[in-house]
Amino acid sequence: MNRLLHYLSVTLAWLLGLVWLFPLIYAIWAATHPPEFATRFSLFAPLTMQNFYEAWDQAPFLRYMLNTIAITTMILAGQLVLCTLAAYALARMEFTGRGIIFALVLMQLMVVPEILIVENYQTLAGLNLIDTYWGVALPYFASAFGIFLLRQTFKTVPEDLENAARIEGCSVLAIIWKVYVPLAKPTYLAFSLVSISYHWNNFLWPLVVTNTEKSRPLTVGMSIFGAPESGVDWSIISAGTLISVGPLLVLFILFQRQFVQSFMQAGIK
Amino acid sequence: MQPTRQIQAWLLLLPALCLLVAFTHYPVIKTIVRSFFGFGTRWESQATLENYRYLLEDEVLMQVLYNSFLYAAITVPVSIVLAIAMALWVNSKMAGKGILRTAYFTPTVLPMISVANIWLFFYSPEIGLLNKLLGLVGHGGINWLGDPEVALYSLMAMTIWKEAGFFMIFYLAALQTIDSNLYHAAAIENANKWTVFRRITFPLLMPTTLFVLVNALLNAFKLVDHLFILTKGGPNNASNLLLYYIFENAFSFFDTAYAAALTVLMLVILVVLALLQFGVIEKRVHYR
Amino acid sequence: MMWINRLRQTAAAAAIFAFAAPAAATTELTMFYPVAVGGALTKIVDGIVADFETANPDIDVNAIYAGNYNDARVKALAALQSGDPAQLSVMFSIDVHELMGLDAIVPFDDVVTTQEEKDWLGSFYPALMENGKVDGKTYGVPFQRSTIVMYYNKDMFRAAGLDPEKPPTSWEELAEAGAALTKKNADGNVDQWGAMIPSTGYPYWMFGALTKQQGEVLMNQAGTETYFNNPGVIDALNFWKDLGTKYSVMPEGTIEWGTLRQNFLEQKTAIMWHSTGNLTTVKKNASFDFGVAMLPAGSEPGSPTGGGNFYIFKAASDEERAASLKLVRFMTSPEQAAKWSIETGYMGVSPAAYETTELSEYVKTFPPAAIARDQLQHATAELSTHQAGRVRKLLDDAIQSVLTGQSTAEDALNSAQKQAERILSRYK
Repeated sequence: MNRLLHYLSVTLAWLLGLVWLFPLIYAIWAATHPPEFATRFSLFAPLTMQNFYEAWDQAPFLRYMLNTIAITTMILAGQLVLCTLAAYALARMEFTGRGIIFALVLMQLMVVPEILIVENYQTLAGLNLIDTYWGVALPYFASAFGIFLLRQTFKTVPEDLENAARIEGCSVLAIIWKVYVPLAKPTYLAFSLVSISYHWNNFLWPLVVTNTEKSRPLTVGMSIFGAPESGVDWSIISAGTLISVGPLLVLFILFQRQFVQSFMQAGIK
Repeated sequence: MQPTRQIQAWLLLLPALCLLVAFTHYPVIKTIVRSFFGFGTRWESQATLENYRYLLEDEVLMQVLYNSFLYAAITVPVSIVLAIAMALWVNSKMAGKGILRTAYFTPTVLPMISVANIWLFFYSPEIGLLNKLLGLVGHGGINWLGDPEVALYSLMAMTIWKEAGFFMIFYLAALQTIDSNLYHAAAIENANKWTVFRRITFPLLMPTTLFVLVNALLNAFKLVDHLFILTKGGPNNASNLLLYYIFENAFSFFDTAYAAALTVLMLVILVVLALLQFGVIEKRVHYR
Repeated sequence: MMWINRLRQTAAAAAIFAFAAPAAATTELTMFYPVAVGGALTKIVDGIVADFETANPDIDVNAIYAGNYNDARVKALAALQSGDPAQLSVMFSIDVHELMGLDAIVPFDDVVTTQEEKDWLGSFYPALMENGKVDGKTYGVPFQRSTIVMYYNKDMFRAAGLDPEKPPTSWEELAEAGAALTKKNADGNVDQWGAMIPSTGYPYWMFGALTKQQGEVLMNQAGTETYFNNPGVIDALNFWKDLGTKYSVMPEGTIEWGTLRQNFLEQKTAIMWHSTGNLTTVKKNASFDFGVAMLPAGSEPGSPTGGGNFYIFKAASDEERAASLKLVRFMTSPEQAAKWSIETGYMGVSPAAYETTELSEYVKTFPPAAIARDQLQHATAELSTHQAGRVRKLLDDAIQSVLTGQSTAEDALNSAQKQAERILSRYK
């Protein structure tokens, strides 16, 4: 009985795994076979790279990719700096109004920028930042999630270490840089991974603030490249999808062990 | 505390705080003001309840709210249950668990908007994959996105697919921190697997579940990317969700003021949900 | 990238200061345009624009593909707000009232100066000008324009014992032919449908055809009144629904605009109604013998026109307006219109386009290319009102609720009419 249950459970696990991978498997199938085989499956279907050429030819994927990389990097860099400074202040400095400030920060955990697209759009239009990298990135620089996570980690750093550094004459910034940042590495890694995967996938806000290829990231580019209005051509769309998700997917498969471990060490709960 | 430390603290906080205020608190306040003083894209000099009156009369909104809650009520628990099951499988001694872990996690790195077109193929009647499979067993097929009874569930399936693997990672991390002695003790008492899960694993995963729950609920209101490709909220709003409806009002109908009133409604819903959750967390803290 | 742009801007500014010679300066134009049918249309537009730039070295055109019609309008208007505005754009022909309401566009009558230019403005098919004209002034000049045509699979007609040269010309014939063309398999499930009319994306547009075929229009020219619950309009919606429920020649529920072409190409349906803008893509990909015909008639034949017009924005300076006009004239010239029509299936926008050797030869070898034009004599304007987005959605929702069996045609259209009247009451 127990054996049977065990086998059942294993089968279920793999079945679920297959279902979860299926869209990707299908995309690979459709992208590497001629369009007639996009909705038909045959072992003898000829392989082709044509769809990739056509997709590449129809949209400036390289430009989109550059935009996505630039935007994701900007956001991450901004977040790491701003959140570190704020988290240290909230974790280790006593000042009037700390409770209120912390509450204001936590509010953003609920009220994410996506919900405020209309007003944030107006703000950025006022700053003349529509259709720029800054326009896409700025609302995400101060991440409540990042501040919260780093504050929790910083609180576990022994205060003796900080005192020792201060006696050596280190400034506040030097203390943060030399004592806190090295000890919080797993948290930084985990947070970075969440941030990268979030912003690599982000769609609604970039859709609203970008107008042209100048700043349009992959997701928005893909959405107009594959817009159903223009008649869906799955072979080319699949090829485009693979081109656009390829880099992140490869990175993930290469680093997935580190990814998962950093999560565990960071103890995100 | 010396005044210099005070100043230092504020200086450290300043950049983050400015941006937080500029892109969270200020727009919240402006949204509220606009919902009272706005009309279309213009501003009125006098406060009006016109936008809120329309809110109450808007039949589409009722449908949208119903959809949003149903969407949350189904995607959140199902994603969590699947995430726990996935984490348990991947954490067990099963052969090939590395591959499984990759499989479960892959949707997290695939942008929703890109894969939505591939899901469109699965759901497409006549030529789509799901109906071809149904055809093999002699079923006439389902109009997955074109039948108002089914469209919303089709969207849910994709959301669950996207979310469960992400939440699995959090559970996986939590499972590793559970003291293995507890399991040894259970083995000595000859407890069966279900009992072990119910008495040891699940209670110890509770903090993770709370964290995941908060995130999942937020996402349930936030994740509308696939609507842009799959249904655009149709047919007849059967799969329309609140955030998408806000987007439509603001950017297709140019009714910024009504969009503001809808946003206020959404904020209220999120705050209420947050308070409920904090209530639950508070209780758990006392319980411990 | 930001800093490179900055650098470029600074350099440009420096250049202007250094050689202050405004007379020789090039005019830069930004133009947004949408695509709503298949094929690599962006390449074709880029090609035409490149030809224009070669012919006019003093004008720089930055043509930006912005997605579907809604996206293009949103992006063009967003650009206006953001201080980096577009000077002209191709947008939905039916956006005109909304664009005027936002005070965003100028009439072409104010931009044309010479007699030649005025003549050009009168050179288009009158039916294509209907949506672009308000109060006697022309705000939109036709570019990617279409009517709905009926694509049908001749091989399937033969297999069903129908004459492939005699496609259905009336609603009754459509239902009859559809019944002959609908094939069920051994399980009793349908393998091949008789006909499909798409009901997502632009349901109100397809509906405009059915209502015109009942001798009805959906709105007045000023865009301040709608006639959603006129008896003929209700009949039209009932007929659409009956194709699914009564005659069983079309699947029930909604039919996706985007995947319909694929359905036709995979021979899952013998007939589809779709934009003529898909013609060239269908021609390229069909592995069977297909034909194109005018839509079948109810009490009369009919189809709305559709597609995109050129608009010039108010924000453009006089110089930019003149340059925009040049570009519009170039892109709508008979030679370019002929080329555009051949490469896409959209209509040549003026009679002169069909007189070019290129297009007249093409029509001779491929007669379906002329169907959309021939249908113009039965055409009406596309649904276009103030608050167009909201009004359109009311009608879309009503259509979908009926097709999915949630509501009767009468109830749904009465309710849509009532709500539309409320919205439009402010504009009278």
